[in-house]
Amino acid sequence: MPRRGTQPDASGHFGPYGGRFAPETLMAPLEALARAYDKARRDRRFLAELAELLQNYAGRPTPLYYADRLSRELGGARLFLKREDLLHTGAHKINNALGQALLTLRMGKRRVIAETGAGQHGVATATACALFGLECVVYMGTEDMRRQHPNVERMRLLGATVVGVESGSRTLKDAINEAMRDWVTNVATTHYVLGSVLGPDPFPRMVRDFQRVIGEEAKKQLKKRLGRPYPDLAIACVGGGSNAIGLFAPFLGDRRVRLIGVEAGGRGAALGEHAARFAPAEGGGSSVGVLHGTRTYLLQDAHGLVAPTHSISAGLDYPAVGPEHALLHDQGRVEYVAVSDPEAIDAFHRIAESEGILPALETAHALAEAMKRARDLPRRHAILVNLSGRGDKDLESVLAWDAARAASAPATSGRGRGPRARRPARPQPVSPDAASADAAPAPPERFVEAPGPEHEDWVEIPDPPRGRGWFGRRLSR
Amino acid sequence: MSAIAEAFARCRREKRAAFVPFLVAGDPTLQGSEELYDALAEAGADLLEVGVPFSDPIADGATIQAAAQRALAEGATLERVLGLVSRLRSERGLRLPIVLFSYFNPIHAYGVERFAEHAAGCGVDGVLAVDLPPEEAAGSYLEALRRHALDPIFLLAPTSTAARVKQVARAGSGFVYYVSRAGVTGERGSVRRELAKEVRALRKRLRLPVAVGFGVSTPEQVRAVAKLADGVVVGSALVTAAGGCRSRKAFVAKARELARAAR
Repeated sequence: MPRRGTQPDASGHFGPYGGRFAPETLMAPLEALARAYDKARRDRRFLAELAELLQNYAGRPTPLYYADRLSRELGGARLFLKREDLLHTGAHKINNALGQALLTLRMGKRRVIAETGAGQHGVATATACALFGLECVVYMGTEDMRRQHPNVERMRLLGATVVGVESGSRTLKDAINEAMRDWVTNVATTHYVLGSVLGPDPFPRMVRDFQRVIGEEAKKQLKKRLGRPYPDLAIACVGGGSNAIGLFAPFLGDRRVRLIGVEAGGRGAALGEHAARFAPAEGGGSSVGVLHGTRTYLLQDAHGLVAPTHSISAGLDYPAVGPEHALLHDQGRVEYVAVSDPEAIDAFHRIAESEGILPALETAHALAEAMKRARDLPRRHAILVNLSGRGDKDLESVLAWDAARAASAPATSGRGRGPRARRPARPQPVSPDAASADAAPAPPERFVEAPGPEHEDWVEIPDPPRGRGWFGRRLSR
Repeated sequence: MSAIAEAFARCRREKRAAFVPFLVAGDPTLQGSEELYDALAEAGADLLEVGVPFSDPIADGATIQAAAQRALAEGATLERVLGLVSRLRSERGLRLPIVLFSYFNPIHAYGVERFAEHAAGCGVDGVLAVDLPPEEAAGSYLEALRRHALDPIFLLAPTSTAARVKQVARAGSGFVYYVSRAGVTGERGSVRRELAKEVRALRKRLRLPVAVGFGVSTPEQVRAVAKLADGVVVGSALVTAAGGCRSRKAFVAKARELARAAR
């Protein structure tokens, strides 16, 4: 079992996956990047600076929210949502963007490029660049620019140049191709802020390390809430896989935690209709290949040509997956499942209506799986879900989907769910006259296994102790 | 001595640089490119670089990207490209050394051992996988190529460190492909001034011949590079020329102009 810090090996391989499959022009710069990162991650000043930014600029720690109403409606396990959507810029991507932007400064580079699918990583990178006065160019497929239009505007307002990519399927994969071409041309002056646990070494481990804070925080918060520092199940969506790795990393060595990664099942099982790299292939499909600098599971045809993908969520619409996920899949440590477009949309609405949260469509895939699982598990089980991003950027997509569905299925149930009114209302606080004199006005069901504060739902999560930050390690000043 | 090494040795004896033209196989069609490679031989090529089209060519500029797209639309898979090489040998009687220029994934999907066996059987002499540096090539890939007497060709670039040059010197054979500038393939206005110094230093350190490519497109540029290097690779300019020429004769004339510039 990979323990913390044991993966990848010195040459960037996670078992048979990963590595550094890059054109020669990038090889020495990648070596230099790996050295710079290895130095930075042991440098207290770097860590302190990042911890400070994460706390006071990005808004860490993010809350761990117990979705009481939804959990009760489902009638099974309890759902805990790690609220990365509440971070500055609205997704977990800022954790990595700030880390790599700081590293860019240390390397003395003044220009930054990035790719983006859903636009969240592009916005996060544009934000970090604005903060540090770095030039920023973001590559984005024109199909993604269309469906994630608000994020394009945000990037532009932040001073970034957004370059539309017209080649291929005009989505994330093509944006990465174009970013790589820019990097290979301008590598002397430019750092490529890759947004996921993809690409050649050191990116998969570096991005993982920057995202690990998600799981580390959740672990502490669970300890406070449940008296045990782990959930029974941890669930996250997997495009490239950065929010999932960030959530899973601290639990990989803990066999009590079942880990589930959720891929995009899209609109069908045929190649080209989904982005489920680990799903059993139907008509050719996924196998191991090399794309964008790394060896991993890849949706491709029999001739090694990369296959088109589909997902309603731009952030999951990618044919390969982070190499560490490939290894975790083979080891059986993480179970990967797929959730379809309509299931994700249903989950989006359900969370919106039951908890007042509009999740990103990417995140909605994880939530759909979490809801499925929660029903069949006892209440004492805790499911930790990474609520990786907020859904403002997806409103148009969701509304268009709903309109299309309403048009194709007239006059039946609105979205195929039971009427809103049949769902129970949020439990009201017990009024003093209704309660018997000596019975404590406890919540209807106790689920805190250790003595906890009276109103678990409103536990205030304190800042990390002074001098502690990033990765939870002690910092001396 | 491999056919590739022999071709470079002959050019050296004749005190000239080798002319190494590149075209994407299957552009405009498989049959069309068979004709084009044959025309390149007629024009005076010393080696042929046969490009295997790939869906995501991250090291290529717009010209070769578009060529690869056309080739893929024609169904030019790696298997069919090998078939094309085989026909160049058997039907056209081509004797020039042939280097396959590919991304690694099609080779990986084909199966490295099976690929090496078939490539050698079809008449390929060397293989350059643009996104497969020597550290990732070590092991099954290099063994398979050596087993079938194929030269593994590697790239070096202006960014390459001394340690990397050594690594390529150990792993590669046939020749070393020096990328004339950081960037993707494609036509450029001029040859970098530092190129002369870099290539001279490289030739001192390497026993392998050094061919220079990426951004070499006009006869003037070919002439300039030929003074420095053991070989000159011209790609995008020929892809453009092939698209613009109405007849085989016109294309041969264009290519010959470049070939002469290498002398």
